[in-house]
Amino acid sequence: MHFSRKSLGIPYAVFLLLFVIAPLLVLFYYAFTDGSGQFTLTNLTGFFMNPNTMGTMVYSFALATVTTVVCVALAYPLSYILATSRIKSKTLVIMIFVMPMWINFSLRITAMKEILSAIEGNLAMHPFLNAVIGMTYDFLPFMILPIYTAIAKLDPAYLEAAEDLGANPRSAFFKVTLPLSMPGVISGVMMVFLPAMTNYVVLDMLYNSTYIMGSLIGSYFAAYNWHGGSMIALILLGIICLFTYLSDTREDASARGGAVL
Amino acid sequence: MRKDKPRFNNHFFRRLGATVVAAGLLLTMPGSAMLACAKGNDSTKESGGDTVTLRVCNWEEYIDTGDWGDDEAIELPSGTIMGKNAMVDDFETWYKETYGVNVKVEYSTFGTNEDLYNMLTLGDTYDLICPSEYMFMKLASENELVPLSKEFFDRSNPNNYYVNGLSPYISNIFDSHKISGKPWSTYAAGFMWGVTGIVYNPDKISKEEVSTWNVLKNPKYKNQLTIKDSVRECYFAAVAGLNHDKLLSNEFRNDSNYKEKLEEVMNDTSPEMIQKSQDWLQDVKNNVYSFEVDAGKADMVTGKAVANYQWSGDAVYTIDQAEEDDYKLNFCVPEEASNIYFDGWCMLKNGIGQNKEKQKAAEAFINFLSRPDNAIRNMYYIGYTSCMSGGEDPRILEYLKYKYSAAKDAKDTTDYNLTYFFTGDDQGKEDDYILHVETEQLDRQLGAQYPSPEVIHRTSIMEYFTPKQNEDINRMWVNVRCFNILKMPLWGWFFLFAGVIGLLIFSFRRIRKTRKKKSIS
Repeated sequence: MHFSRKSLGIPYAVFLLLFVIAPLLVLFYYAFTDGSGQFTLTNLTGFFMNPNTMGTMVYSFALATVTTVVCVALAYPLSYILATSRIKSKTLVIMIFVMPMWINFSLRITAMKEILSAIEGNLAMHPFLNAVIGMTYDFLPFMILPIYTAIAKLDPAYLEAAEDLGANPRSAFFKVTLPLSMPGVISGVMMVFLPAMTNYVVLDMLYNSTYIMGSLIGSYFAAYNWHGGSMIALILLGIICLFTYLSDTREDASARGGAVL
Repeated sequence: MRKDKPRFNNHFFRRLGATVVAAGLLLTMPGSAMLACAKGNDSTKESGGDTVTLRVCNWEEYIDTGDWGDDEAIELPSGTIMGKNAMVDDFETWYKETYGVNVKVEYSTFGTNEDLYNMLTLGDTYDLICPSEYMFMKLASENELVPLSKEFFDRSNPNNYYVNGLSPYISNIFDSHKISGKPWSTYAAGFMWGVTGIVYNPDKISKEEVSTWNVLKNPKYKNQLTIKDSVRECYFAAVAGLNHDKLLSNEFRNDSNYKEKLEEVMNDTSPEMIQKSQDWLQDVKNNVYSFEVDAGKADMVTGKAVANYQWSGDAVYTIDQAEEDDYKLNFCVPEEASNIYFDGWCMLKNGIGQNKEKQKAAEAFINFLSRPDNAIRNMYYIGYTSCMSGGEDPRILEYLKYKYSAAKDAKDTTDYNLTYFFTGDDQGKEDDYILHVETEQLDRQLGAQYPSPEVIHRTSIMEYFTPKQNEDINRMWVNVRCFNILKMPLWGWFFLFAGVIGLLIFSFRRIRKTRKKKSIS
């Protein structure tokens, strides 16, 4: 039997249509209609006019930003040290760091909850800090992997050239390694920032009773308000698009593509 | 026609659309939504062949799944009760033996009433579901339910365990409360019931302190109390707490229409009350340890929390668990009022339809679960209280005595009057129904599983919210749970502006750079 290129693509096209295009259309439909199916913008304006929903967005942003910064601060030095060190079993070390990802998420967070309770005594005292710790623990591997790959792929010839041209190790790092590994960092940020805005299970399990974007959407659906919930999901989607656009105009998009595992 | 949901003309598109929205948003109902598509065109509707398929949807962990150890056997004077097999399997065997028809039960579960409602909206079809009273009232008012048949209420049929064994107290409630003019019993058959209250650690907090809903705001126990993450339960507590003085006044208590007035107060959804409850719950949010989704029971046992707002059935379970660790927990129903709830079986129109075979199997399923030994098995397994009192069958009463009667050498004992449950007479006092128990049981499992007549007196049913009320109360709830941007400190605004401006500058530079590059090339 012979398949043409076109016919091989059909399953993927169907997949795209069913699971990407159609849901998006439905999402748009719900977001811009009211209970009786009439076109409306109240869902949109309602979100931006309500100090509580706006507050939730700011709170989620703050949480996601802090989580991302902490993740980068932890993951970059680690990846750098590992990628440039001379130890032989680098993959093994990376595996060890990534391994928690293979253990069930709720189990990990429950364990984290017990450890934090033992340290803090009462988790309700530092809800924001706990949420950051939980999220960092959860998302760190997603930051380590792309950064590590980006640095490991770096051609040592660049650094040698920098040295030959008189750069000391410090300026070689800032002028060569750091810019060339940025695509990895951006990949990591994309993979940590947006989930951190919506992953409310971590907050629920660590006793943070403040809503973030994910829990807000959930509460709209629990109240049978699919329209408001869809609008918030759409707003999140808009934020994602904006971020992607801003990071995508970089020159070497191809290098970043390679950094994504 | 309801206003809270959109109507598509094309049924298929509606189902597909709803399914993918839910799947795409990966939110409250993962999995189930995807199944909706597959299940929708189920051919069992026509029930071809000899086997009747019964699709049952029940609460999670709300039925005996068997596998009891030998030491768990309940030895009553009328015989031993033992859960060898799962209840569902036993039903299939029993139905075949009794009616000579093969029945296959497709059993699935839901987590909250709202999840169930969303699952139904998405197009999941079930024949028999077990929602709480407010949800079956909502479904009945939306004309989604099939009335129970006349045969189901035929007392002369010995296999009609439900009608022959239902507690007269519950029966009165199901007959006297109406949904669009018809009594609850038209559509729903009671399964489990209970009240809301507070599980507490008597070493850490006194009974007097937890005897009011306002304990949730008590600064003495800051960050030590947990409360259910449920809009309805929280709203109820708020209304009770706000009406504390009124509800406890002698004038109100001695009113000849106390019960009606109580239900009126507790179902107050006026804008003023919603506003006040928002402030009340905001205070609660700042005071409690957390709004817990599922951790409340475990946190009571491990001692993380000193008190937890809980359903009585879960309270029994929690106290049992703590007891295994030699740790004592109590249960208290606050003095103001308590929410009494009923989970009832009802049949869905889009599942049962006109299929008499199916309806017969569904009603037999209810009857089988209502058989006293099976009711006891479920009670033992899940901790909740069955709606059955047994009628002529003595086993439920025997089980109560078996479980709660004081030991012969017990010092501190008292009489506990449960006449109301077995006869329906709330003033009644019959020797047969008076248990001789250890006094401490009044504040423990017994008090939670079978509340005293005094507690029952101050319980109120909570009606379902109309779409408008639902919207208002949910907005209130979102306001309570969300971070209010107007309360953000100055440095927060500073960071916010710095972030926004930084983002703007960054994007402008990007855009200019890209344009330059384009013009060069």
